[in-house]
Amino acid sequence: MSSTHIYTPFDEELKYLARRISEMGGIAEQMVADSVRALVNSDFALAQKVISEDAILDDAEKQINEKAIVTIARRQPVASDLREIMGAIRIAADLERVGDLGKNNAKRVIAVANATLPRQLSRGLEHLAELALMQLKEVLDVYASRSVEKANSIRERDSEIDAIYTSLFRELLTYMMEDPRNITPCTHLLFCAKNIERIGDHATNIAETIFYMATGAQPEGERPKDDSANTVGALAD
Amino acid sequence: MNMMSEAAVEKALDKNMSDAPLKMIGKDVSVYYGEKRALFDVNLNVRKNTVTALIGPSGCGKSTFLRTLNRMNDTIDGCRITGKITLDNADIYDPSVDVVELRARVGMVFQKPNPFPKSIYENIAYGPRIHGLAKTKADMDRIVESSLQRAGLWNEAKDRLQEPGTGLSGGQQQRLCIARAVAVSPEVILMDEPCSALDPIATAKVEELIHELRTNFTIVIVTHSMQQAARVSQRTAMFHLGNLVEENDTDKMFTNPDDQRTQDYIMGRFG
Repeated sequence: MSSTHIYTPFDEELKYLARRISEMGGIAEQMVADSVRALVNSDFALAQKVISEDAILDDAEKQINEKAIVTIARRQPVASDLREIMGAIRIAADLERVGDLGKNNAKRVIAVANATLPRQLSRGLEHLAELALMQLKEVLDVYASRSVEKANSIRERDSEIDAIYTSLFRELLTYMMEDPRNITPCTHLLFCAKNIERIGDHATNIAETIFYMATGAQPEGERPKDDSANTVGALAD
Repeated sequence: MNMMSEAAVEKALDKNMSDAPLKMIGKDVSVYYGEKRALFDVNLNVRKNTVTALIGPSGCGKSTFLRTLNRMNDTIDGCRITGKITLDNADIYDPSVDVVELRARVGMVFQKPNPFPKSIYENIAYGPRIHGLAKTKADMDRIVESSLQRAGLWNEAKDRLQEPGTGLSGGQQQRLCIARAVAVSPEVILMDEPCSALDPIATAKVEELIHELRTNFTIVIVTHSMQQAARVSQRTAMFHLGNLVEENDTDKMFTNPDDQRTQDYIMGRFG
């Protein structure tokens, strides 16, 4: 998007899409951060705020899709303009999902609140969220700068989140084995951890979309993954 | 990224103009060329500061309708018009109307650029002179400059004002014709296929010009290119066999039109 179009309304439409995506990103980031804080501090009011903010993201996604459809119909975009618009549609969908996952965490605050779980566990969850949020924040910066190298490095770092998620999974299992009364809160926390891990996946999706928008090619190779959580607890031979 | 004011965003985004005030109203307009009927009771309104595009297959009546708006059809033998067309609520076919004055208020740009065989300066000055819009040479210089500015041609033409208008490129000639139309300060500008003789870059420049002119003028454009209609207009009217099939916001027209015939035409499936 270095040069401008002779027909200026087209540029305004592309800028509008980019601006709305950035807004969505900011809201999604805040929701995720708030949901984890609400969880760790048993802050019901903050959880309620996160739950109600999800509607803003849902509306924003719809509006971005509508604008994108009209822009395709009216401007007949090609090449990087077309990728720009297709990318906006896909990123909006990812951010909307991030909002859903934050909202889901917020809904679990009440169920987890009465449990007395070790401080160490919430530290682990916070750390996982910090990493996922850093990925999300960086990918939104990359959306503004369109730096292909940075998009790639975000994609490569997703396995860190996977590894921490796996260790949290193991930890939660031990608490559940220790005392069956922990099973309910720990199961909720397991879902929370899984939600945060998926937020990292969405950040990676966005990085891949940005790579495609900037280069017109799909990123090469398998996405780096550490999904050993899938086999935690399996019997060894 | 700069945060735009909501109003600026609305304008930039071509927000539909369905609530803009009506500049011209066509009521039950029918046109006959001798025995042949070319338009059938067309009811179509033109909104102020809006670009209205008329689309439809060849012979559908879109140019005929355009020409009723400044009485261009008067010059054709055997042409008869029924119904009513108003400009700011005054009937333009009323016997008391001075057609020359009407055409100063409702200007026209044609398909082929048709500059007079005179200098660039004289091409612009001609209209204001016959309408007595400039008292002094300085007045006229100002009109010529502002008209060329508005048509986005000033930078290209300012050093060659005394050269013949016909020496400009096709795209520049068309913008000269738009500058000429703008020079008499019309309220409505009719454009009949203004880009069909131009290459894509010259077309984009004229389309950008149309976008800018909308702030000060009301524009009605006939185009064979529905992509162009989609790009430049806020309202679109679809004609077929002399009937107005559908008139709608351009956003709606090109994403989800109400009439099946419109849908078939814009999707290239006309049977």
